[in-house]
Amino acid sequence: MSVKLTTRQVGDVSVVDVSGRITLGEGSSALRDVLRDLSANGTKKILLNLSDVSYIDSSGIGELVSAFTSVANQGGDLKLLGLTKRVKDLLQITKLYTVFDVHEEEAHAIRSFA
Amino acid sequence: MAVDTGARKVLDQYYPSTLESVDLAEGEILKAAEAAGFDEDDQHKIGMSVRECMVNAVVHGNQYNRNKRVRVTVSTTAGKFMIGITDQGEGFEVQEVPDPLHDNNLLRHSGRGLFLMGAFMDEVRVRRAEPTGAEVTLVKNIGPPA
Repeated sequence: MSVKLTTRQVGDVSVVDVSGRITLGEGSSALRDVLRDLSANGTKKILLNLSDVSYIDSSGIGELVSAFTSVANQGGDLKLLGLTKRVKDLLQITKLYTVFDVHEEEAHAIRSFA
Repeated sequence: MAVDTGARKVLDQYYPSTLESVDLAEGEILKAAEAAGFDEDDQHKIGMSVRECMVNAVVHGNQYNRNKRVRVTVSTTAGKFMIGITDQGEGFEVQEVPDPLHDNNLLRHSGRGLFLMGAFMDEVRVRRAEPTGAEVTLVKNIGPPA
């Protein structure tokens, strides 16, 4: 299974629900395209819901990092929601866990943008 | 006279330099890892290491060159599951690969593959292949850690 992305609006926060695998190729480029479109539309508050992401490789991590820096450079915030144990472990191993603002509950994550 | 090292080769395959080869090699090696008795967590670590290594071989080593192939071998010896992945690129020196955990590199888009292999496998060896290329050996101990 490749990646599936759905964007919804909760208040002024764009929530991107991601499911499947974020790996080099279709998965990482689909994520890049969605985040690029959001940025191009002036979206400043993005919450990436990764609770249904079964697998992420270093290319996928690279996309998360690039999106994070790109949104931050435009004065916005990109936060993560619902990391599976494997994704969380991966971010901890790569010392990126503390770089991202990570949340377990959506309502809490939405409030944190205020 | 040949010396029996006890090694048993379970896979020796050449793959074209495409991203499809990454999936194929990962799938084949995961089957071998399951047959060797690794649990789901170790299979995940092995699969991920193979994926990172194959991506490096296809993208950075062979640079998607259709005339170059990636050789993938799997062998088991007493207590070790050994994967060999060899490309036909220019090769590289491990000490020249930037540390992805360094503050200056933390937010780089790429450069974490080799580091992740080291985190997930028990041994990672890199050497220059003959006549050209990089040969990466990934080793996972079978059974409890020594």
